[in-house]
Amino acid sequence: MESKNSMSDSRRQFLKKISTGSVLAVTGLGIYAVSSCKQTSEEKTTLLTPEGKLVQVSNSEIQEFEHKNHISPNESRKGIPGKKFVMVVDLAKCKNARKCVKVCDKHHNLTPDRPYIKVLKMQDNEKSSPYWMPKKCFQCDNPPCVKVCPVGATYKRSDGIVLIDNERCIGCRFCMAACPYSARIFNWGTPPNVDKEAEYSPETSVPSKIGTVGKCDFCPDMLRNNELPHCITACPNGVIYFGDEIDDTVSNGEETVRLSTLLKDKAGYRYLEELGTKPRVYYLPPVDRLFPFDKTNQENSEP
Amino acid sequence: MKKSSIVKQKFKTQREKDVLSHMISTSLKYKLWIAFLFLFIVFGMYGYYRQLRYGLIVTAMRDFTSWGIYISNFVFFVAISLVGSLFSSILKLNDNIWSKPLIRVSEIIAVSAIICAAVIIIVDMGRPDRFFYVITHLRIQSPIIWDVIIISTYLVISILLLFISILPDIAICRDRLTEIPKWKKRLYKIMAINWSNHPKQLAKLQKVTKVLAITILPVAFAIHTVTSWLFATTWRPGWDSTNLGPYFVSGAFMAGAAVIIISMYLIRKHLNLKPYITESHFDKMGKLLVLLSLVYLYFNINEYLGPAFKMVGVEGEHITELFVGNYAPMYWFVQLGGLIFPVILLMFRWFRKPIPIFIISVFVILGAWFKRYLIVIPSMQHPYLPIQGVDESYLHYNPTWEEWSITFASFAWLLLIITVLIKLFPVIPLQEDELDLENSVEPNSLKNEN
Repeated sequence: MESKNSMSDSRRQFLKKISTGSVLAVTGLGIYAVSSCKQTSEEKTTLLTPEGKLVQVSNSEIQEFEHKNHISPNESRKGIPGKKFVMVVDLAKCKNARKCVKVCDKHHNLTPDRPYIKVLKMQDNEKSSPYWMPKKCFQCDNPPCVKVCPVGATYKRSDGIVLIDNERCIGCRFCMAACPYSARIFNWGTPPNVDKEAEYSPETSVPSKIGTVGKCDFCPDMLRNNELPHCITACPNGVIYFGDEIDDTVSNGEETVRLSTLLKDKAGYRYLEELGTKPRVYYLPPVDRLFPFDKTNQENSEP
Repeated sequence: MKKSSIVKQKFKTQREKDVLSHMISTSLKYKLWIAFLFLFIVFGMYGYYRQLRYGLIVTAMRDFTSWGIYISNFVFFVAISLVGSLFSSILKLNDNIWSKPLIRVSEIIAVSAIICAAVIIIVDMGRPDRFFYVITHLRIQSPIIWDVIIISTYLVISILLLFISILPDIAICRDRLTEIPKWKKRLYKIMAINWSNHPKQLAKLQKVTKVLAITILPVAFAIHTVTSWLFATTWRPGWDSTNLGPYFVSGAFMAGAAVIIISMYLIRKHLNLKPYITESHFDKMGKLLVLLSLVYLYFNINEYLGPAFKMVGVEGEHITELFVGNYAPMYWFVQLGGLIFPVILLMFRWFRKPIPIFIISVFVILGAWFKRYLIVIPSMQHPYLPIQGVDESYLHYNPTWEEWSITFASFAWLLLIITVLIKLFPVIPLQEDELDLENSVEPNSLKNEN
């Protein structure tokens, strides 16, 4: 119990350091000021890994991991001008490496038992071969969650992203009942390791608040800096493509391709199209696979 | 003290004495009953204190089963509240004289249940501190907002209906009850709003009653239909149905009739009102319950036959779970014990006698409560995408003691409000003819039957 407390304390301190950094960044002193913690390389910090293990890390190895520009809840309702974000997931390439899940958990301060991204083991029928299906929020163009929200805490932006304002959410969980893709999670208790001094933004979804809903947000804080969301760059197999529908380009971090060509050549589809939710996430069928379906990876799906 | 006040108090008629005497004296039994209810309420408040402090984590609800017994209990309370409209509107507009002594008790139950429904929905909120956002940030396209609007409308009309039905009697209480504490005298004086039984006043009252009786009918249907839309506007198996509105409304009338039978039995027994709530009332209520149950049975068959015949995807999984899976014992108890058997038994005259029909109604109510559990919870456990990669505890739902304590406290609240209202106001009309002077013969003939 004691050790647990001290662990979370040091974690909090670590986050505090980072948050001071973010304040500096906002005031224009530059984000690299955060790397001040690199100077005291001898000091070690105890951190909690996504697996729930306690590890000692030398401060020089701690990378700054901060959300760059702070966007207020009101500003976050507008969306990035001139953009229509879209995602394509190539099921032929996924081997359940789970790097996307881990980086997302880290970025959004989530615990492994309730991640935003789930990699589901899917099997369409008895004869067909099982495959891994990474699933995030589909950022629907006809979003059931937005329609049912009584207070406008969840909203659709001009750039296609559906966000949640945790400072508006009343915790009725109607959106969770309405979402046919089970994309939403709820902060049933106090979220662990919350940095109370960090400023909340719907664009980063942190720090999450007790009694409110959360979900994959397409990392708008990264998009504002013309960077790809974390799950795309973290994927070792280039499974996930991300881009702009207006530009008609998507990238998985390694190659950049035409969205329309990709969807045409590889028969892209949207999951449960018949519900009419118009998802912004496309899937490419698991044909000509890069990896055989590996059962040893199966345990990964149950933490 | 209590006996002397009863002795001192003078009544004009036997009816007045029968109806009013329990309002003057307080028995030990009554005090114990109140204490018993408070026990549950205090326990529930402790449960809620823990929920406020630690969050909804103290419940068994998790990301997939994100609605639990709070919501099913809410639906139950809304269902119960519909009974007010059954008596003060449907039966009254059809010139049923026998049901008149039951109008007040039905309105009292309606008002109490709707208050409890509003309270339990706040208990379910993750952020009750932001309750007023529902008003300050409301978005009209959300079915929750429709529900808030229709429930508050129904509450206002129900309170008005209750008030105008007891108004002449409040005036009698003001004029005749001498042996009561000062605050009660003042209460009656304020509430009687200078009522003097003047023919002009009576005519106005009759008019208002009629307008309200007609107004409440669509509102009553709307209140439970809109509640059903909270579910029907989603894609969940078991909810994604066009049948849900009438299914909810018909189930509500059945549950409401059973609640009236239970309260008739208890009031008659404990307040010594046998001459006014007669065996003939139980007989008629029994027949009414059969009729309402048959309507509900029809919608029930409609609700399950189609999906069970087609067995499509998650809808099929959901049906399997109900019919032969984990929820099968509860499902068949609800369908047989709470619907089929009561219908068959109540067709026989003997089972419509007070004690048998009371027991049957308890089963109907239990069935009605668990039916709402079955409507809410299993549907949430069959999403389109498989439940994987989450904590073990997310796969099941077994309500925690905090949830049960709050649920029982909500029932205790309901009973407490009903008890207090019955204690303060005459539950049976003091004037036999009440408002309709032309029907003064019938109540006497009812009395003679007993």
